[in-house]
Amino acid sequence: MRLAHAAIAAALVFVPASLRAEGVTTFTLDNGLEAIVLEDHRAPVVVHMVWYRVGSADEPPGKSGIAHYLEHLMFKATDELASGELSDTVARNGGSDNAFTSYDYTGYFQRIAADRLDLVMGMEASRMDGLALVEGDIVTERDVVIEERNQRTENDAGALFNEQLYAALYLNHPYGIPIIGWKHEADSLTLEDANAFYEKHYGPNNAILVVAGDVDPDEVKALAEKHYGVIAPNPAIVERNRPSEPPQLAERRLRYADPRIGSDYVSRVYLVPERNTGDQKDAAALTLLGRVLGGSSTTSVLAKKLQFENPKAVYTSAWYNGLTTDNATFGLAIVPVPDVSLDEAESLLDAAIAEFLKEGVDDEQLERIKMSFRASEIYASDNVSSIANRYGRALTVGLTLDDVEEWPDLIEAVTEEDILAAAKNFLDRKRSVTGIVRSPEVAQ
Amino acid sequence: MIRFILAFVATFALSAPLRAAADIQEVTSPGGITAWLVEEHSIPFVALEIRFQGGASLDRPGKRGAVNLMTGLIEEGAEDLDAQGFARARDDLAASFRFNAGRDSLSVTSRFLTENRDEAVALLRKALVSPRFDQDAVDRVRGQVLSGLRSEEGDPNNIAAINFNAMAYGDHPYSSMNNGTTESVTALTRQDVVHAFEDTIARDRMYVAAAGDITAEELGELLDTLLGDVRAEGAPLPNDADLTLTGGITVVPFDTPQSVALFGHEGIPREDPDFFPAFVANQVFGGSGRQSRLSLEVREKRGLTYGVGSYLAVYDRAHLVAGQLASANDRMAEAIDVIRQEWAKIAENGLTETELNEAKTYLTGAYPLRFDSNAGIARILVGMQIDGLGLDYVKTRNDKVNAVTLEDIRRVVKRIYRPDDLRFVVVGRPDNLENVN
Repeated sequence: MRLAHAAIAAALVFVPASLRAEGVTTFTLDNGLEAIVLEDHRAPVVVHMVWYRVGSADEPPGKSGIAHYLEHLMFKATDELASGELSDTVARNGGSDNAFTSYDYTGYFQRIAADRLDLVMGMEASRMDGLALVEGDIVTERDVVIEERNQRTENDAGALFNEQLYAALYLNHPYGIPIIGWKHEADSLTLEDANAFYEKHYGPNNAILVVAGDVDPDEVKALAEKHYGVIAPNPAIVERNRPSEPPQLAERRLRYADPRIGSDYVSRVYLVPERNTGDQKDAAALTLLGRVLGGSSTTSVLAKKLQFENPKAVYTSAWYNGLTTDNATFGLAIVPVPDVSLDEAESLLDAAIAEFLKEGVDDEQLERIKMSFRASEIYASDNVSSIANRYGRALTVGLTLDDVEEWPDLIEAVTEEDILAAAKNFLDRKRSVTGIVRSPEVAQ
Repeated sequence: MIRFILAFVATFALSAPLRAAADIQEVTSPGGITAWLVEEHSIPFVALEIRFQGGASLDRPGKRGAVNLMTGLIEEGAEDLDAQGFARARDDLAASFRFNAGRDSLSVTSRFLTENRDEAVALLRKALVSPRFDQDAVDRVRGQVLSGLRSEEGDPNNIAAINFNAMAYGDHPYSSMNNGTTESVTALTRQDVVHAFEDTIARDRMYVAAAGDITAEELGELLDTLLGDVRAEGAPLPNDADLTLTGGITVVPFDTPQSVALFGHEGIPREDPDFFPAFVANQVFGGSGRQSRLSLEVREKRGLTYGVGSYLAVYDRAHLVAGQLASANDRMAEAIDVIRQEWAKIAENGLTETELNEAKTYLTGAYPLRFDSNAGIARILVGMQIDGLGLDYVKTRNDKVNAVTLEDIRRVVKRIYRPDDLRFVVVGRPDNLENVN
């Protein structure tokens, strides 16, 4: 129904170009829609994405899976498009399209010849405020979602265990609920649930437009104004206000057995800080801690100690993902060699980290990791979609463009002391869950 | 708002030029090694793709998994460097080398910065010419492969592939998995790994492509430095596989909530004059996207699956029309019925004119979008060489798609969709589904 609001001015607010990296242009429409244009003129292709600042962690209690289910339903009818028409039209024009849902964001995108930007933008705008669901569409699609859950989770013992792991890690925050939803709740979602979620969270003032590829920023601005500028802001959209974690005082341990587990393993996650706007130093140190401990299957600390010096593991890993709105996680895992028990493997893992804290960080290793970060900026420019994703994710979790552009410098500035301090401060067993994952014992 | 859609569809004609691909050069080094190149100097790195034809199918009898294990060891020590020394040297240069043993070729996917290209090439050369295969590295990587094999035992998709391949390919190497079995991998020795290296990594089956910040002359020198000392000849390439699939249903019982299915029968080779009509027909029938007939009937209308598709599986030594599907145990039987009906329907009636035209606009429009990164271009150029396509193929390929007529489609669908020959391999506990031989 956005045509009714066509009178709303769509003046563009420009960020001074000097603040932005080369090839990056930003503007904000009067209705609150933020836009980023990333130029790459090597091939006549454009990636057009709309990211909404809403994900599964914004769902109402008892309605788990509604954010993802709605993402599926967004391909159905709108005021102007028949069910499936958006994807059909994209395909007829040689393009591809899809969407994704996470805890903090939901994104929709098309990849198509650059001269078709006007076409896809028009259709994407149509579902920003004009979704027109009918009962017939939604029951079949709910079955599709249940099959998706079967495929991703029910059929994969490791994925099933991870649901239990995160449910135990988050005592109160909705990150403990799976994105695709618990099966018993996702099974019974309704048309009303989908419409209510859409009305509450979708609109230009909760959206970020990312256009990347062989485009002219001025033309993108004009098209954005034409298609998105006429949509009124959604007054229902309010600041995120999610339940937060209480102090975590008790270490948790899970034992999981499933005959489909082939290689037994130990997996542990800690609750740690995420990247916050203007405050990313802890996250930078945690990022490098993850790389130093587990970034390489050959030269990182855990691999060296547990796969080379004292080869008791076939696989070790450490990882951190700080691109979240609320508390992030730091993970460790070890797959022992067949004659080493999981209890022993866990002890070896803890001993390796304790040793690392005494020994400190190898200077050359740290320099190699930083070198790979610098090089990854060059390699990343070969894939404009991945850069589009980087900006879309960052902005939807609450970071700014400045935060994104400052990040490489913050990584570069991390010292050995920062890394060791991060390990000491944040790898706190009271704020962790350890999973012992195996095939069931066979009775002798 | 309907207006913009009508306007676009009515006037559609793809005009996107193949910028990068229009400039494919064939480079021959002073030493006689040939490569294809697309120069792209805007980003200071090169993507280099090398393939050695034969790949994991060159495993010697009783040594299944040897080429795969060897491939995992190429980077684990070479010349003066042990595994960790090699990794440190590679990371110092911020270079990336990935080695993969496929059914038809062993691929080496690398990228390196312009600023230290020579050092990166010298390092990669060590791995390709004189890997060490130290016994401790062999044992360590073997442990990783065995752990992977154990994990795959609980994956219904993998169980389906093992059973389907065993039924399809008789005693050809395709009939078993590239990574071998617990038994075969456990028994491999260092000597087997050395044999696998000598059999596969050789210039007489090598294809090379580069895209990025390098000139033709520089690439010529690089080719001689990197590959000049690679062994001249490897083992004879595998024979063609005799397809042993028959129509029917095979249920492999496995306790899991959702059944998975692989299905297929004989297909059509890449060099067949009717390959393009078959390719276009399959795009409509089971190609990517929500628009395919299979996706519409099985997913959109009935909600029986999250994803279903079919493809022309064209390997060097066999060709299939094949597909895959996952559906809850109590719904798999219905999904298979629908697929069988669609299989019969397209064989009988072919495509409509609208379907043919829409498939053409999709395929011709999507083609230039593939050429959008150095890494992607290098991969495509190597594939074209292996398929025996000429330098001008990228300019004529869309004409071949557009030349397909409804008559071509009618002829080819009878040949490539044969419902009575279709074999389904289903892993799970599907209701109301029995073995049919």
